[in-house]
Amino acid sequence: MRLERRAHRPLFLVLVSPLIAVAAALAIAGILIAMAGAPVLEAYWRIVTGAFGTRLAATETFTRATPLILTGLAAAVAFRARVWNIGAEGQFYVGAITVAALGSSTLAALPGPLLIPTLFAAGALAGMLLMLLPLWLRLRFSVDEVVTSLLLNFVAVLFVSLLVEGVLKDPLAFGWPQSLPVSERALLPKLIMRSRLHIGLAVAVAAAIIVHLLQSRTVFGLRTRAAGLSPAGAAFAGVPLGLTLVKVACLSGGLAGLAGAIEVMGVKGYVTTDLSPGYGYSGIIVAMLANLHPVGVIAAAVFTAAMFVGADGMSRALGIPTYIADVIVSLSLLTMLVALFFTQYRIRR
Amino acid sequence: MTTVLALSGISKRFGDIIANENISIALRKGEILALLGENGAGKTTLMSILFGHYTADSGTVRVDDVELPSGKPRAAIRAGVGMVHQHFSLAPNLTVLNNVMTGTEKLWSFKSDTAAARTKLLGISQRFGLSVNPDARLGDLSVGEQQRVEILRALYNDARILILDEPTAVLTNIEAERLFSTLKEMAKQGLSLIFISHKLDEVMAAADRIVVLRGGKVAAERRVGETSKAELAELMVGHRVTRPIRDAATPGAVALEATGVTVRRGGVDRLKDISFRLCEGEILGIIGVSGNGQAVLSHLVSGLAEPSIGNIRLFGEPLANLGVRALIESGIGRIPEDRNNEGAIGEMAIWENTVLERIWTPAFSKYGLVNRKAGIAFAQRIIGEFDVRGGRPTSRTRLLSGGNMQKLILGRNLHVRPRILIAAQPTRGLDEGAVAAIHARILEARKQGTAVLLISEDLDEVIGLADRIQAIVKGRLSPPVAAETADPRMLGLMMAGEWLQSEEAGHAS
Ligand SMILES: Nc1ncnc2c1ncn2[C@@H]1O[C@H](COP(=O)(O)OP(=O)(O)OP(=O)(O)O)[C@@H](O)[C@H]1O
Ligand SMILES: [Mg+2]
Repeated sequence: MRLERRAHRPLFLVLVSPLIAVAAALAIAGILIAMAGAPVLEAYWRIVTGAFGTRLAATETFTRATPLILTGLAAAVAFRARVWNIGAEGQFYVGAITVAALGSSTLAALPGPLLIPTLFAAGALAGMLLMLLPLWLRLRFSVDEVVTSLLLNFVAVLFVSLLVEGVLKDPLAFGWPQSLPVSERALLPKLIMRSRLHIGLAVAVAAAIIVHLLQSRTVFGLRTRAAGLSPAGAAFAGVPLGLTLVKVACLSGGLAGLAGAIEVMGVKGYVTTDLSPGYGYSGIIVAMLANLHPVGVIAAAVFTAAMFVGADGMSRALGIPTYIADVIVSLSLLTMLVALFFTQYRIRR
Repeated sequence: MTTVLALSGISKRFGDIIANENISIALRKGEILALLGENGAGKTTLMSILFGHYTADSGTVRVDDVELPSGKPRAAIRAGVGMVHQHFSLAPNLTVLNNVMTGTEKLWSFKSDTAAARTKLLGISQRFGLSVNPDARLGDLSVGEQQRVEILRALYNDARILILDEPTAVLTNIEAERLFSTLKEMAKQGLSLIFISHKLDEVMAAADRIVVLRGGKVAAERRVGETSKAELAELMVGHRVTRPIRDAATPGAVALEATGVTVRRGGVDRLKDISFRLCEGEILGIIGVSGNGQAVLSHLVSGLAEPSIGNIRLFGEPLANLGVRALIESGIGRIPEDRNNEGAIGEMAIWENTVLERIWTPAFSKYGLVNRKAGIAFAQRIIGEFDVRGGRPTSRTRLLSGGNMQKLILGRNLHVRPRILIAAQPTRGLDEGAVAAIHARILEARKQGTAVLLISEDLDEVIGLADRIQAIVKGRLSPPVAAETADPRMLGLMMAGEWLQSEEAGHAS
């Protein structure tokens, strides 16, 4: 028995591989649930109902999926060009804090239709700038951006913490470290009344579609792919390598920054240092589950969000720790890597 | 004589392409067998099956009358089969000794027995006259030396059957001769060899027996004594091939001129004070032993390197911006030496590779949107016009055989006649029929006024095509000689750098 590289990746396999991966992850996690002494099928059923069973649950799942779509896109566009942006978490936070600073300032007096787009742009810009630093270090000094973008996450979170306990601290928050709230007028309209679900979801879905069109239809998309697959080949064909990577880094950092901006304006209205339960890191898993495809990112983000939201319900009903959600999501990353491998290779006897 | 290797009834399909069909070949002890065939005839596929990289759809491989399990390179190695790939599989950052040892050590032993390995390696290199320095870093070696290491690695694994896939494609004539005398010595000592080649001269000189593949089938089998180059060429292609002959022409205006150009990279002068002048309707051949600066020279005129000193004039205008796009816009076609790394991106579709370097032209994109249909149609035309076999415009480029990928690269450059053509090793790895076709194309372009800079290690090619010839040695260019006055001996001296010595002597006096 041995592996042989496939001439073509069958489209069918590419489409079903994430499903198989998820099924495998659920099967393995099922063993853990059984070991914890709970009925496996019921546990999974509880996750499904916990995530989608009621109006409240479903809107909560999609609210959680919104930032994951954007951070997932951030990772997907970067990885496609072999720019290893592990810094979406930090870019999320600088996007968020920028929006909090501007949205609570005199800028909030801007006319309504201008205010929200301006804040979106500001958040995205902040994320972009934070990603440009690691990219510059890579282009200029060949420093690996995996390390620098990752470490910048801690810098960014500490910086945010400095601000929310300092100049941006909300004096009305009974001493809690939280930022000034953004103006009422900067809050995103709800998508569904009496829920937390806001129009940020529509923005995220639109972003996924735009990224997809950008990658599949444009010169930028073609060049990015060339630069990612073979820098020497791309350079020979006249692809401006540095510029292309700068654009990719801007897009990636911008999407992560936008995620932070939307989270502030859509959900909380202010920034705390626990605004993100690791959205930036989960975005990497989302991107991998989606096979780096922007439209697939939407589905992968909803799946991941559903696991986290649903696990709460299951935990309450069956007394299994909610950590099982983390286990399932992480396992599905591993099984997805295996599944991806088999879309490229086949087993021969 | 005993049969050491028997392939019987091997068939292999890739989708709807039949790469091998019912092939049976036997190899005897101490024999050198040459495998010939057009680009895409299935030679590499057959050897990959023999070595276990691919699994055959049907058929068996027997070594010493024992059937090899299919698809297991380790089993093949253990049975004494060694393979030297067309693209070397060595690690450039390791030493020769480490490269030879990798893959033979047990994964779970922490200690590696370097001393014993060194003794064994030196023993082998002495026995076959393959001298190497075991402690040299592989990346510092020339291509010919790297290949020697590949062979040593196979021998280190006690290979008794050695397979070489186009071993001479990257070697100079001298290196190739040395390789074949080594191979003959190995055969004399009882090893059995199979080599793949497109060069009929060396096949006639080195092989005992020749198998010709065509369209995935064995087309003929001949002993060397009973055949001729002409017959082999005909067997391969199915009809007679003759290389086209250059007829006299008067060159036009100067198209490309370099004066006193030095290119410095990493503190080293890769090109030193070179000058040349290339006219419209003329072919200037640059000959030289590989590794003497050809790569930098072709980068320089392809827009990938800039002169540190000196200047370049394009159609009489000083060239300020040497970018790839500027060059392409002014009508320069470029065929890179390294087709796998620079010429094409294997994971991209064939059509994407044909349009990538001119994606900005209105024919292929508008407002930043790619015109996929036009790209596919363009690729389809090139596939038809240049006889690229084995792929559709939407299939991945890496699936093309080496020669067919080269035809694709040539096609995208010659499809619209370029004003200047930079051709670095344009026919490396091409079969005789394809070489003739490409030469005809280049001569045709010359006739219509294209200025061609031909950088090649193949002397026959340069003599056949070039009007004037310069040699490149250690980053310097010799003064040009007219092709009419050149003979192989004189060119050999030029490549050895004889003019350099007299030049230096001239400076000293
Ligand atoms: N992995 C693969 N998937 C699909 N088609 C393949 C694959 N490998 C080879 N082919 C096809 O099989 C045919 C034979 O290819 P092969 O590489 O054996 O040719 P070759 O005789 O070595 O040619 P060349 O002289 O150009 O190297 C070609 O048409 C090629 O496109
Ligand atoms: Mg081949």
